[in-house]
Amino acid sequence: MTVENDMMGGRSATTAPAAIELRGISKAFGPVQANRNINLSVPKGSIHGIIGENGAGKSTLMSILYGFYKPDSGQVLVNGQPITIADSQTAIRAGIGMVFQHFKLVQNFTVLENIILGVEDGALLRPSLSKARGVLKKLAAEYQLNVDPDEVIENLSVGHQQRVEILKALYRQADILILDEPTGVLTPAEADHLFRILEGLRDEGKTIILITHKLREIMDITDNVSVMRRGEMVASVKTSETSPEHLAELMVGRKVLLNVEKTPAAPAAPVLEVRNLTMTDDEGVQRLRGIDLDIRAGEILGIAGVSGNGQTMLLEILGGYPPKGSKLGGEIRMNGQPLPIGGRGCDAAQRRRAGIGHIPEDRQVEGLIMDFAAWENVAFGWQDAPEFTKGMLMDNAAIKADAEAKMERFDVRPRNPNLAARNFSGGNQQKIVVAREIERNPDLLLIGQPTRGVDIGAIEFIHKQIVALRDAGKAILLVSVELDEILALSDRIAVMFDGRIMGERLPENTTTGELGLLMAGVTDTEHTPDDAGIPPGSAHVDTLPQEPV
Amino acid sequence: MKIKDSLIALIVLGICLIWAFVDGSAAEQGIGSALRLMTPLLLACLAGLYSERAGVFDIGLEGKMLMAAFTAASVAYLTDSAWLGLLAGIGGSLALSLVHGLASITFRGNQLIAGVAINFLASGLTVLVGQNAFGLGGRTPALTGAGRFQPINLPFAETLRDVPVIGPIYSGLISGNTILVYVALLMVPVTWWVLFRTRFGLRLRAVGENPASVDTAGVSVTRLRYAAVAICGILCGIAGAYLATGLSAGFVKEMTAGRGFIALAALIFAKWRPWQALFATFLFGLLEAIANLYPNLDLGFITIPSMFMNALPYILTVIILAGFVGRAIPPRAGGEPYVKER
Repeated sequence: MTVENDMMGGRSATTAPAAIELRGISKAFGPVQANRNINLSVPKGSIHGIIGENGAGKSTLMSILYGFYKPDSGQVLVNGQPITIADSQTAIRAGIGMVFQHFKLVQNFTVLENIILGVEDGALLRPSLSKARGVLKKLAAEYQLNVDPDEVIENLSVGHQQRVEILKALYRQADILILDEPTGVLTPAEADHLFRILEGLRDEGKTIILITHKLREIMDITDNVSVMRRGEMVASVKTSETSPEHLAELMVGRKVLLNVEKTPAAPAAPVLEVRNLTMTDDEGVQRLRGIDLDIRAGEILGIAGVSGNGQTMLLEILGGYPPKGSKLGGEIRMNGQPLPIGGRGCDAAQRRRAGIGHIPEDRQVEGLIMDFAAWENVAFGWQDAPEFTKGMLMDNAAIKADAEAKMERFDVRPRNPNLAARNFSGGNQQKIVVAREIERNPDLLLIGQPTRGVDIGAIEFIHKQIVALRDAGKAILLVSVELDEILALSDRIAVMFDGRIMGERLPENTTTGELGLLMAGVTDTEHTPDDAGIPPGSAHVDTLPQEPV
Repeated sequence: MKIKDSLIALIVLGICLIWAFVDGSAAEQGIGSALRLMTPLLLACLAGLYSERAGVFDIGLEGKMLMAAFTAASVAYLTDSAWLGLLAGIGGSLALSLVHGLASITFRGNQLIAGVAINFLASGLTVLVGQNAFGLGGRTPALTGAGRFQPINLPFAETLRDVPVIGPIYSGLISGNTILVYVALLMVPVTWWVLFRTRFGLRLRAVGENPASVDTAGVSVTRLRYAAVAICGILCGIAGAYLATGLSAGFVKEMTAGRGFIALAALIFAKWRPWQALFATFLFGLLEAIANLYPNLDLGFITIPSMFMNALPYILTVIILAGFVGRAIPPRAGGEPYVKER
């Protein structure tokens, strides 16, 4: 197998076998094909990026490499040798180290204890610990991986915890290091330091596989890049021979355009105003970095973005149930009245009273109780409404009649209100939720992933309902990772990346390519910085200075 | 921090000193008795410590001790050997431990429910089999001679008897106990050493905190947890055998009398640490001994009734379990079966 020049590192061509080679790897979970006939070759001593949207199958592929999953078919070669990776132990012995997105560290152990766990030299700890201390000192000097070996993990910053994970892999003499979304939890400065470390490791001859959905990282430090989409490897190219636009297009793909009939919007006064909304999660990572949004009556505002960039938190906060342990800041106004953003008196019921309906992202967890009957699910949130109660008791007959009527109007099949929610298809489950929320005629409807896992017929129907609600003069906030859905439905599109609104576009004036770039954190230089929600003059890390014109 | 950690030890020593000052000879007798009453609690507490440090909650300590007490007493009676009884006790307890492991590790069942089931199983099975075998209403015949563990007199116990301070402590307290008491005491430093100085201990603690870290390090979570549960079974077995063949002379229906639960409370009190477990269980032993010695405690202005004195250990248990001893953080992965993800 020939290996191309390592452009970024400026090293000469070698003829050594690839560090990792995958041939025809497939893996299915039930009916879901997570990986389909994947071929990949990672040259030794290079940094190889694997990019793709969430759910594209990147993590599954790496889990196969680390022995967590057995592939249904295909072959793995490490340094040219075919190998069956049955468990993590085999992977470690083959020189593969993995830094997981969620660290696998024991929180109340010291750095040293975490590092030797599983590779102790004997039954007693003392000799292993002192040996590890020496090795650690050497590694720290060699790769700028400084951490206090006696510090307890829970006292370390996330960036330092990640260094411990890298040290763990190096201590196990890993030659091939896989990092799964390593910068998701890091500050920009920490991320930059990580990249310097990775470059150092590469220059020492280690092979690095970097899984990410951030284009900036790929362009910054990788030598080669492979793009995954929907379980398939759609391209493998040299980073120097590609552009962010090209990668964004490969990543998002050209999907079938949806057709939604709608008249131009006639937006009126703002219904919801969000000002400088910030949120820091219980691990201290800032997930929302100052969101400003206006949603007007009679318009659909679409929020596009790769999942995991703060959309879920935004919906949860607007829906009245911010993630546990998070710190919130900013202001929300509904019809001019301030709404509490967290704490006492802020819950989903309060939001409902304020006229906000919510079709949550995960209908099976937040939208429905799967083991309850459809009629009960249709009444949820309104079980105390006067038409559903008789004194202290629930008026089941009234609720059932109401559910039946709604199921009729929304064409839920089978039309049996006594059936448990779990027994409906995905599309019909979603219709139950949509019916419940839309029929209450909210002033503002929050919608998360309205058509995820929903069949084409139901998609069309749900889209029509959303447009009808808009035409009735209501405000709609639509969050979707499906770009086509955003383009087809929205009157205005805001793109979220890394907890920020990167920019707003009108669907008729933009392209999937442009949106794809924004989704990957590349701000468009044609627009003023104000458009991107970034104060002018700030040297923002997510901008890509070397963007081709 | 340091003072807070040794709080239990200070309380216990304080009680002992006050007692010795108020009534020296009664204190010598009482503290000796406390030591013996502590032994099954300490063994059970350490048993629970191994299991829970590995992430397997075990409220079946009671049942395992009870089963061990029964099998130990039966075999000791039949063979007239306390040592064979001990082996049988360990065997009986270990069998229930494996049931617990099977339910909560292999089949990822609910650990609490499995523990409750073990308690019921032991409670019923011991009486049923006992009645069937011996026809004494669930008890075993009284053990005599070699069927029981006898007190061991340590060297120089008699010569040192009259030396002030050292004499009563050495001859009255330390000497003259059965071997299982010494085994229990020895288990404290041994447990500490195993937990904090060996590879096995490191992995055991890791698997109770974050099994995924152990799994990704290529070590079997299942095997580690089974090992912990088995150690728990062995220690519960010794505890039960001591109850039936050391502390008493034979098995009596429900003879553990909630000691398994008291041991659990002590474990929480001790925050899953071996030395603290020693002092916590000694505190319980002390309360029980005081209640035995002073059935009606006369404080001059008021006489505390015996019912209250007897209930003291249980009252303390409730107080501890209600969280009055400060924040006790259990092992983070405790109570949750490990399911490999991603």
